[in-house]
Amino acid sequence: MDRRPDTTGRPGAARDSDAARGPGTGRGPGSGRRAAGRGAADPRRRALRRRRLLGALFALPALLLLGALVAYPVVFSVLRSLFDATGDRFVGADNYTEMVRDPATLKALRNSAVWVVVAPVLLTGLGLVLAVLTERVRWATAFKLVLFLPMAVSFLAAGIVFRLAYEQDPDRGVLNAVVVGVHDAFAEPSPYPTARAREGKGLTGTPAGGYATGEVRPGSAVALPFVGVAPGAVPGDAERARVPESAPGALSGTVYLDFTPGAGGRPGAVDAREKGLPGMTVEAVRDGRAVAETRTAADGSFRLDGLAEGSYRLRVPAGNFAAGYGGVDWLGPSLVTPAVIGAYLWVWTGFSMVLIGAGLAALPRDVLEAARVDGANERQIFRRITVPLLAPVLTVVFVTLVINVMKVFDLVYVIAPGPVQEEANVLATRMWLVSFGGGNDQGLGSALSVLLLLLVVPAMVFNIRRFRKGGSR
Amino acid sequence: MRDTKVTRLLGSSAVQALLVLVALVWITPLAGLLLSSLRSERDNAAGGWWTSFADPAQLSFDNYRALLADSGLVQAFWNTVLIAVPATVLVVGVAALAGYAFAWLDFPGRDGLFLVVVGLLVVPVQIGLLPVAKLFGAVGLFGTVAGVVLFHVAYGLPFGVFLLRNFFAEIPREMLEAARLDGGGEWRIFRRLVLPLGRPALASLGIFQFLWVWNDMLVALLFADGESQPLTVALQSQMRQFGSNIGVLAPGAFLSLVVPLVVFFAFQKHFVQGVMAGSVK
Repeated sequence: MDRRPDTTGRPGAARDSDAARGPGTGRGPGSGRRAAGRGAADPRRRALRRRRLLGALFALPALLLLGALVAYPVVFSVLRSLFDATGDRFVGADNYTEMVRDPATLKALRNSAVWVVVAPVLLTGLGLVLAVLTERVRWATAFKLVLFLPMAVSFLAAGIVFRLAYEQDPDRGVLNAVVVGVHDAFAEPSPYPTARAREGKGLTGTPAGGYATGEVRPGSAVALPFVGVAPGAVPGDAERARVPESAPGALSGTVYLDFTPGAGGRPGAVDAREKGLPGMTVEAVRDGRAVAETRTAADGSFRLDGLAEGSYRLRVPAGNFAAGYGGVDWLGPSLVTPAVIGAYLWVWTGFSMVLIGAGLAALPRDVLEAARVDGANERQIFRRITVPLLAPVLTVVFVTLVINVMKVFDLVYVIAPGPVQEEANVLATRMWLVSFGGGNDQGLGSALSVLLLLLVVPAMVFNIRRFRKGGSR
Repeated sequence: MRDTKVTRLLGSSAVQALLVLVALVWITPLAGLLLSSLRSERDNAAGGWWTSFADPAQLSFDNYRALLADSGLVQAFWNTVLIAVPATVLVVGVAALAGYAFAWLDFPGRDGLFLVVVGLLVVPVQIGLLPVAKLFGAVGLFGTVAGVVLFHVAYGLPFGVFLLRNFFAEIPREMLEAARLDGGGEWRIFRRLVLPLGRPALASLGIFQFLWVWNDMLVALLFADGESQPLTVALQSQMRQFGSNIGVLAPGAFLSLVVPLVVFFAFQKHFVQGVMAGSVK
């Protein structure tokens, strides 16, 4: 290192104490000073003493605040964690073993582990890819600005933003609106979510939610009556239901809406003004297996050909009646942690991208150019040159993220709705709930905060070392 | 033929398209918040904010008018100011004094104490909650703006002292010696020489600390009461009935992020530096 000792940030670097001793003293026995004798040394010593006093005075406010509100609480928490909930009884390490015994706390520990593994990896990767890509566009500054913007936003505001985006109802939550839109574009929504078979007219419900007939043989024709479809919900291309006609060697029939507008219809029979239900899937089932399948025509008729002799059941499977796809339950118990991590990515990706981008800008251009000249393609350059050269920066970003992820509180607290809070808890939120949010177990709460401190320490030591090596950056 | 002009152009337009998409994804949630904040409770319940593109008549400032008429939330906004401004000024001032002392004034025990300060950098605020709550309870600071401010100052100091001490240590010794020979007292040197020279670091620290405190919820959740709570806590208490409270929460959240956004756009460079430097925290 070719830096001056001062920039190492090491306390008590030689130069500091030189300066503190006062101008001139460090220079060795100068002739002029000796001649001046004690008379000149006295004021110098007095100035030195005054400077020491002033130094203590200058540092005093900071030291008092740090002592009372930071250092003392550490000692207090460590001791408090060895006592029970009310603080009356010494319990040794019981609070620490309680962490793994109490299912809710154990869950929080597990979630914290998921957070710490997933979030920093994703953020570093995302930041790296985006930093490399932004180097190729002219509007990189604007792009970085947009991605860095969420860093200015409080976690509470981010939480509200994402509670809105994650709303379950696709008519309100933008994420589910997109998901449902994409889903329905690829898989047609089921045609008749409300339909049900006319009771006692040949169709019985199957356990899976569909309907089936009794035994029928090829050559017979059956009418499959349904109700429960509002007149407006019948597809526009539906025609008058065709009266079932038998065909030799085939199973045929009609699926229709057994409802005559006005009055006069006979239940279970195809009447003149009744409509077919087009697009209904009908299966022929033999020995419990579907052997043939077709869809009803506009008049509700269907015909299954090429069946071997024997007896079959006709089945109208549950898929016809599935409720409309409602999107993803983002904030439900199983997805709430990934959902909150998603919100966290939104906040922190800009940070990781800007930091990595700065590292990228400092890479030696000639190395990259030389590789290009040698015929390396972009992917090779990225994997063999950019990433290895960036490794120190990537490590810094990763470690910094680990520290911050470990302490995540607000986002989880705000986004996870009350009923699933337990599923979403991490160390910091669990500590809060245990200590203040009704749990009122200050022993366990203190133990959790001490654990948090212990988990953060290694990463912090790494960061401080780097910071001191690099001066103030 | 990977590197012909055509494939490069195609590649770059694919990159452009991808980045535009990413930028859109990043902007959409904020746009959603803004538009939701401009729609009535009924419209928000009936359909998503995107329907207001087709029907701009939905948008109005009614929610904001109602918000400004809500004395509790207005009070909470001022509380945020009353907490964030002193907490920032105090951290910068106290840390600058201490940073100068640690860098250039050789008081007894200085080096050991500085190591302790560096060690305190690792302490997460969670450790302080319970003990300081008891302490504040004993001296009547619990549930007051002053208590919240003091807590923030204390937990901003390790980083502040650390940052400024390292920055001040880089001031050339000759400059300080010259000033001392000119007969300037340490206080005068601090004000006339050290503070102006340290301006970039002071600005980064100030912006970082301001954002940290302005956006804080956890500390105020514990240390502030109904009278002294900042906007974040006031809004958080409305989250329970999220679905029916969007008319308050969305404009409130937007109000709370206007100030940081102004700081962000006004001091972009210092902002980024501050956030980056503060990330050791």
